[in-house]
Amino acid sequence: MSEQRREADGAPGLINPELRAETDEGERGPDGARLTHAEASSRPLRPLPPEPQPRGARLRGNRPIDHDEAARRFIEAPEHATVHDERLWDLRQKRDGQMHAIPEWEELRELASRIKQHTLAHLADYLEQFEANAKANGVHVHWAEDAGAHNRIVHGILADHGVKRLIKSKSMLTEETGMREFLGHAGIEVVETDLGERIQQLDDEAPSHIVVPATHKLRSDVARVFADTLGTDPDNWDAHYLAEQQREKTRPLILDAGAGLTGANFAVAETGSFVVCTNEGNADLSANVPPLHIASIGIEKLIPRVADLGVFIRLLSRSALGSPITQYTSHFRGPRKGGEMHVVLVDNGRSARLGMAEFWTSLKCIRCGACMNTCPVYRRSGGLSYGATYSGPIGLILDPTFNRRRYSSLPFASTLNGSCSNVCPVKINIHEQIFGWRKALAETHDIGAGKRAMMKAAGQVLSRPALFRAAIATADSALRILPDFVVANPLNTWTKGRAMPDAPRETFHQWWARTGGKTEPGA
Amino acid sequence: MRVALFVPCYVDAFEPQVGIATLQLLRRFGIDPEYPFDQTCCGQPMVNSGCHAEAAATEALFVRNFAGFDHIVTPSGSCTHQVRCHLTAIPQTPEVQQVRARVRDIVEFLHDVLQVDGFPWAEFPHKVSYHNNCNALRGIFHASMSERREPAFSKPLDLLRMVNGVELVEKARPDECCGFGGTFCVFEPAVSAKMGQDKVRDHHQAGAEYVVSADSSCMLHQKGCAVELGLPLKFRHIAEVLNGDRG
Repeated sequence: MSEQRREADGAPGLINPELRAETDEGERGPDGARLTHAEASSRPLRPLPPEPQPRGARLRGNRPIDHDEAARRFIEAPEHATVHDERLWDLRQKRDGQMHAIPEWEELRELASRIKQHTLAHLADYLEQFEANAKANGVHVHWAEDAGAHNRIVHGILADHGVKRLIKSKSMLTEETGMREFLGHAGIEVVETDLGERIQQLDDEAPSHIVVPATHKLRSDVARVFADTLGTDPDNWDAHYLAEQQREKTRPLILDAGAGLTGANFAVAETGSFVVCTNEGNADLSANVPPLHIASIGIEKLIPRVADLGVFIRLLSRSALGSPITQYTSHFRGPRKGGEMHVVLVDNGRSARLGMAEFWTSLKCIRCGACMNTCPVYRRSGGLSYGATYSGPIGLILDPTFNRRRYSSLPFASTLNGSCSNVCPVKINIHEQIFGWRKALAETHDIGAGKRAMMKAAGQVLSRPALFRAAIATADSALRILPDFVVANPLNTWTKGRAMPDAPRETFHQWWARTGGKTEPGA
Repeated sequence: MRVALFVPCYVDAFEPQVGIATLQLLRRFGIDPEYPFDQTCCGQPMVNSGCHAEAAATEALFVRNFAGFDHIVTPSGSCTHQVRCHLTAIPQTPEVQQVRARVRDIVEFLHDVLQVDGFPWAEFPHKVSYHNNCNALRGIFHASMSERREPAFSKPLDLLRMVNGVELVEKARPDECCGFGGTFCVFEPAVSAKMGQDKVRDHHQAGAEYVVSADSSCMLHQKGCAVELGLPLKFRHIAEVLNGDRG
C-alpha cells in the first residue's frame, strides 16, 4: 500500500507534527533545499531549559538487562523520545525513497544475500586467500581469536612503534572488544574522529546506534558535553558551531598522532584489499595522516571479488541513511611509502555463530542499521536501553551469542512485526531469528522463571476446554486469566476505558450454547 | 464444502459480536460453518514467548477440534499466521499439516477462496483508517509492505472498497506496528503503550472516525490507548463492516 500521508510541500507526514512547526536555516543548503545528506537531520528544540538526557540500561553484572525499565526512562523524556523516533523514521523514509528509485532493488538484496551466504559457507578458504593477497601487498596480517587477543595485538603493534596516541574512525568491532578502555589502561590515548563517536567518547557513553552513534542526543546534550569537555559555550546549540568547535579541538590531535585505526566495511579476498565507507572522511584521516595504519576486521566482512563490491556499495548507504552512496568510499590495498599497514582479523565468537544452524545467517550483516531505523521498539527506546554493543533488531540476535544470560531478555524487546527483515539489504530473517532465540532461550531455561510460569499456566488453561470456559465465564475472571497478554499492561487503560459490565455478559461460546448459533437472516 | 468457524480466545471472551458477525457474513455467502465446541486457542501466547513445550497440548487440542474440515475460517490474521507458520510444537503428522494448510482468516477466505464481488447489504458512511496486524501483513501477506519494492495490493482494502460509503484515509506511517505484540505488551509495557498512543494519534490526525482491522487484538490495545489520550476513535472488525454494521 502506498497510502502514506504527505504534507502540502511534499514532505513526509509526521505523527508528531509539532516537530515541523519551525524551520531552521541551518538545515538548508545554498539553494534553500533541506539538506538530506546529513547522517541525521536534527530539528529545532524548544527554548531553555533543556530536557536532561535519559541514560541507558543499568548494568547489574550478569543479570538480564531490564530493557523495559530503561525504555520507560527514555519515553519519560518526551523531547528526546519524540525527536529520536522521528529522526530515525526520517532515515527509514529516505531509505524507502532510494529503494523506489532502483527497479532491481529486491534482486540486489537477493544477490547480496547469496554472495554473503556463499562467502560464509567457504569462509576459511576466502580468509586464507585474503591473508595471502594482503601479505603480498605488504600488509602485516594478524589473527585474533577473541576480544582480548585483538586488544593485545593492537597494543603490541602500538608498543612496538612507541605510539602514545591512536586516532581511530568508528568501528563497532573495537566497541565489541572494549579496545578503547584497554588501551587507556595501557597508557595510550585514543581519539575518536567520527563526530558522533567523538561526542559519545567525550560523554563516556557507548554509541547508541551502529551508524549514527549519538542519534539519541539532542543538540542541547551535545552543547553540554562540549561545554564540559572542550570548553564551548553551553548555551550555543547551533550544530555548525558545535561541529566546528569539535573540529578545531580535535584536528591538532589527529595531526600528530602516532597511529590510525579503522574498521572495514568489506574485505576483498581476491585482492587482499579492504573498503571503508564514511561520510566525514575521518577514516581517511585516521588511515593516511599517521605513518601506521591498523585495520580491525571481523572475519564476516569478507567478500570474494572486487566485482561483488558494487552490489554492496549500492545497498549500504541507501539502506543506512537513504543516500545513494557514502561521501567517502575508500579502498586500502597496502602501506604507502615509508608507512606500515596491519590488518587484524577477528573472530570473537563468529566461528561459533557460524556453527549455529538457526542463527548463522546473522553473519551476513553489513552493519547498515536499517533494521534499527525501522524498528518501532528501537526508535522509542533508544539504543542504550539494550545495554549491549549491538542494539535494535540485529542486536537482539547477536547479543545472546556474546552473553546468553545478560542478554536473555533482549529477544523479548520486539513485537515480531517483521519490518526489520524487510529492510535488511542482505535479507537476514531477523524477526524469525528473534522468534528462534526466544525458543532457544526457553529450552535452556534462560527466559526467567516468571515468564515461564506464566506461560505454563496459560498452556494448562488453554488446553483444557472446561477449565478455559470456567476461566472466561465472567468478565472479571477473564480479565485475570485470559488475555493476560492484553490486559496486564498497566499503561494500557483498556480495562478501565472499556468499563466492561460484570453482568450480564455473554461470550461467543455461551451465545452459541444458548442459541445453537442461530442468527437473524440478513442481520 | 465443510467449513469450521474458529473463534480466537480473546474474541470469544471480549469481542463475541465479531464472532457472530463472521458467522453471519459466511451465511450470507451460503456457507453454514460448524463450530467445534471444544475449541479454545491457537497456542500463540505461549509460542510467542518461546514456550513451545507449554503450547503443545493447546496445539494438539486445536488440531483435534479442526481436523477434517475443508476450510477453517477465523476473524484473525494473527491466529491464522500462528497456525499456518508456527504450530510446530507437536509432531507434524499429515493431519496436523492439513489443518495448518487449511486455516484461513476471513479476509483471505472472502478474497481468495470465495472471490466475492460485493457486499450489497453493507454500508459504512465513515472515514476509515485501516490497521494491518503485522502478522496479517508480513506473515500471511494481506497486503504489499511499505518496506518492499513490490506492486501495491491489499486484500482487506479490496474488500472494504466494495462497501458503500467507506472513505479510506491515509496515515503518516501506514503499516507501523501498534505495539500490541501479544506478550510484548506484558513484558514491555512502556514501549507498547507509547507505540499504541502514536498509532491512535496517527489514525486521528489522518481524519479517521473509525479504525477497522482484521484483528481484534491490536484494536483492543489501541482502544485503550485512544481512551487514555481522549481521542474520539471508534473501532470495528472488518467482518462487522462487511456484514453490514453501519457504525
